[in-house]
Amino acid sequence: MKKKVVASLLTVAMAATMIVGCGSQADTADAPADDAAATDDAAADDAAADDAAADDAATDDAAADDAAASGDLITVGIINNDPNESGYRTANDKDLKDFFTEENGYQASFAYSLKNDEQIAAAQKFITDGVDYLLLSAADTAGWDSVLQDAQDAGTRVILFDRTIDAPEDLYEASIVSDMDKEGQTAVDWLASQNLDEYNIIHIQGVMGSAAQKGRSGALDEKVAAESNWNIVTQQTAEWNAEKAQQIVQSVIDSGKSFNVIYAENDDMAKGAVAALDKANISHGVDGDVIIMGFDCNKWALQELLDGNWNYDGQCNPFQAAYIDGIIKTIESGSEVSEKVVIMDEKGFDASTITQEDVDTYGI
Amino acid sequence: MQNNKKSAGAFFSGLVKQQIFIPLAALLILALFNLIMDPSFFKITLGYNSVGDPVLNGYLVTILDYGSELAILAIGMTLVTAASGGQDISVGATIAIAGSVILRMLCGGQTTTDHYCVPLIVAFLVAVVASMAFGAFNGVLVAYFRIQPMIATLILFTAGRSIAAWINNNELPIVNVNSFGYFGGYIPGVPIPTPFFIAVLCVVVIALVMKFTNLKLYTQAVGINESSSRLNGLNPEFIKLISFVILGICVAVVGLIKVSRLSTINYSVIAKDIEMDAILAVALGGNALGGGKFNIWASILGAYVIQFLTTTLYKFEVQSDALPAYKAVVVIVLVVLSAPVVREKLAGLGKKMKSKEVA
Repeated sequence: MKKKVVASLLTVAMAATMIVGCGSQADTADAPADDAAATDDAAADDAAADDAAADDAATDDAAADDAAASGDLITVGIINNDPNESGYRTANDKDLKDFFTEENGYQASFAYSLKNDEQIAAAQKFITDGVDYLLLSAADTAGWDSVLQDAQDAGTRVILFDRTIDAPEDLYEASIVSDMDKEGQTAVDWLASQNLDEYNIIHIQGVMGSAAQKGRSGALDEKVAAESNWNIVTQQTAEWNAEKAQQIVQSVIDSGKSFNVIYAENDDMAKGAVAALDKANISHGVDGDVIIMGFDCNKWALQELLDGNWNYDGQCNPFQAAYIDGIIKTIESGSEVSEKVVIMDEKGFDASTITQEDVDTYGI
Repeated sequence: MQNNKKSAGAFFSGLVKQQIFIPLAALLILALFNLIMDPSFFKITLGYNSVGDPVLNGYLVTILDYGSELAILAIGMTLVTAASGGQDISVGATIAIAGSVILRMLCGGQTTTDHYCVPLIVAFLVAVVASMAFGAFNGVLVAYFRIQPMIATLILFTAGRSIAAWINNNELPIVNVNSFGYFGGYIPGVPIPTPFFIAVLCVVVIALVMKFTNLKLYTQAVGINESSSRLNGLNPEFIKLISFVILGICVAVVGLIKVSRLSTINYSVIAKDIEMDAILAVALGGNALGGGKFNIWASILGAYVIQFLTTTLYKFEVQSDALPAYKAVVVIVLVVLSAPVVREKLAGLGKKMKSKEVA
C-alpha cells in the first residue's frame, strides 16, 4: 500500500516537473507557439478552405502574390530545434519569428524539439492541420521518409533549413544549409594569408562528429598535413565548452610549449582560451603574440574583434528566413525552384577590417 | 630493529583502516606517476598576468584552482550522501541557476553591463537564497516524499538548465567589471588563485559548524539507522532537508566562481558533469555511498585528487572526451577497494606482517 502511495506521488512529481520544464521552455520559446496551438483547431477547420484557395492560386498563377498581399495568408508549420540550444539557434528562431508574420503574408505555427520522434509527431500534426508549407530543421538525419511521403500526398510542400536529412530529394522542395567545409576553408585560407613563418596551433574542437566540428576541423587538418611549417601543438575537443577550453589551453601553457595560433571552433571556446592566456600574460589579438580565431559571430565576439583582442571570426549564418521566403515566392508564382540545395553566403571577419556596422548587422 | 618493523606492520594495518587512507594513497600514486614521467609537473613559477599582477603558474596551481570548486561541492555532497544515503545529481544544473541569478541581478536584465546594477553581495545572497530554495525542493522530495535522491534530483537535473536560461530570458549576459573576475581568478597582489581561499573559508565554516553543533552526530545517526534515530528523539526528515539546503549554499558559492571565471554564462555547458566529479570525490574519500559515517576531510582531499587526475590526463594530452573513461576506471578501483571484503583482506595482510615479525 505504502509503496503504491510512493509510486503515485513519484508519478505526480515527475509529471509536475515536466509541466514545470515545458512551462519554462514555452515561456522562453515564446507566446506565438501557444497561440498557434490555440488557433490550431480553427486552422484545421479552415484548412480545407485554404487548400481550395491554394489550388485556385496555383491555377491562376499571377493571382498568388496579390492574394497574399490582400490578406489570404500562406500557412507555414515550422519545426525547429530548441532555441535554448545555443546562441545560433536563438538567433535562427528569432529571425524566423520576425519574418513569418501576418504583415509579410504568413500565418506561422512553431514546434520545438531536440528529439527526432517528437519532431516527426509535430510534422504529422502540421500535415493533418493542412499547412501549405512545412519548414524543417531536423534533429536527426534519419527516419523522415514516411512522414515526408505523407506530406507530399497531402499536398504540403517541405523546405529544409539549416540541416539536411537522408531522404530522396523529390520529397522536399529545397534545402537551405550552411557549408561547414567552406566555413573551415575560409578560416584556414585567412590564416594562411597571415604569412607567419611558422604556425604552431592549438586546435580546440567542438563535439566530435557534429557537422560543424567535421567541417571546421577538416580544412585545418588538411592544411597541416600539407604544409611543413604548420604544426598542431595540441588538438583536443572542448565540446563547445568555454571552461574545458580554458583548461586545455592552461595545460599547454603549464607545459611550457610555445604556440602562436588558437583555432577554436566556436566563440565560447575561444573566450575560454583567451581567459587562460590573460592569466599567463600572453598577448593576443591584433599585434599580439597569439592569433585568436573563433566561429559563429556572436555579437560579443565581434566586439572582441573590433577591440582588437581577437583576430578572426567565421560566420555560421542563422538568418535563413529570407532565403526560405524567396523559395516560397518562387513556388507560389508557379515557377520551378532551380536549385535543390541552397548554400548561404557566409563571411569571415578580420579584426583589422571589421566595423561597428558589421557587429550590429551580423552579430547574433 | 625488530620493534621498529613490528610497529611498521601495526602502522600499516592501522592506516588501511583509516578512512583517509584511500585518497592519500591515490594522491601518492598520482604524484609518484608524475614524478617518474615528468618531474617538471611540479614546477611552479611566479609570473604576471595581463593586467600586471603577480600570479603563480604551474600544474599544481591549476589543480589548486579547479580542485577548490570541487572541494566546496564535496562538503555539501558528503552531508547529503551521509544523511540520505543517495546523491544529488542536480548540482551542475543548480550551479547554472545560481550563476544565472547572479548575472541577472548584476546586469539588471541588460545583456551587458560595465557597472554593478546591485551590490555584488546582494546578487550573491539572492543566488544563495535561490539555490537554498532549490536545495530545499530536492530535500523535501527526498525527506518527506521518500523519493530516492537520485530520482528526486533528476527533476532539476533535467529542468535546471532551462530554468537558468529562462531567468535571463535566454540572453547570455556579460559583466565587464574587472573586480567581478577576482572570484574565479586572482585578487590583485595575491599570486594564489582566489577559489582556493574561498574553499578554505568554506572548510573553516563547516569545521566550526561541526564543532559547535550536533550536525555531524545527527547526520550520521540518521544515515546509519533512521528509525532508531527517530526513537532517540531526532527528526530524520529535517536533518535530510538541512543537508540538501547546505549543499544549496555550496552550489551558490561554486556558481559565483564559475560565472566569475569568464564573466558570463553558457547555460547548456556550465559546470557540465560536475556532479559526477563531486560524487566521485565523496567516494574517493572512502565515505559509504549508502549513507551513515562520513569524513568530510577525506572528501575534500578526494576532490583535489580528482582534479589532480584530470590535470594529469590533460597534461598527457589524453583526448578530453575520453576523460570520463579514465575516471570510470578510478571509480571501479575505488568501489572494489572500499568493499568491506577487500578492506578486511588488506587489514589482515597488515596483521600478518605484524604477527610474522613477532614470531
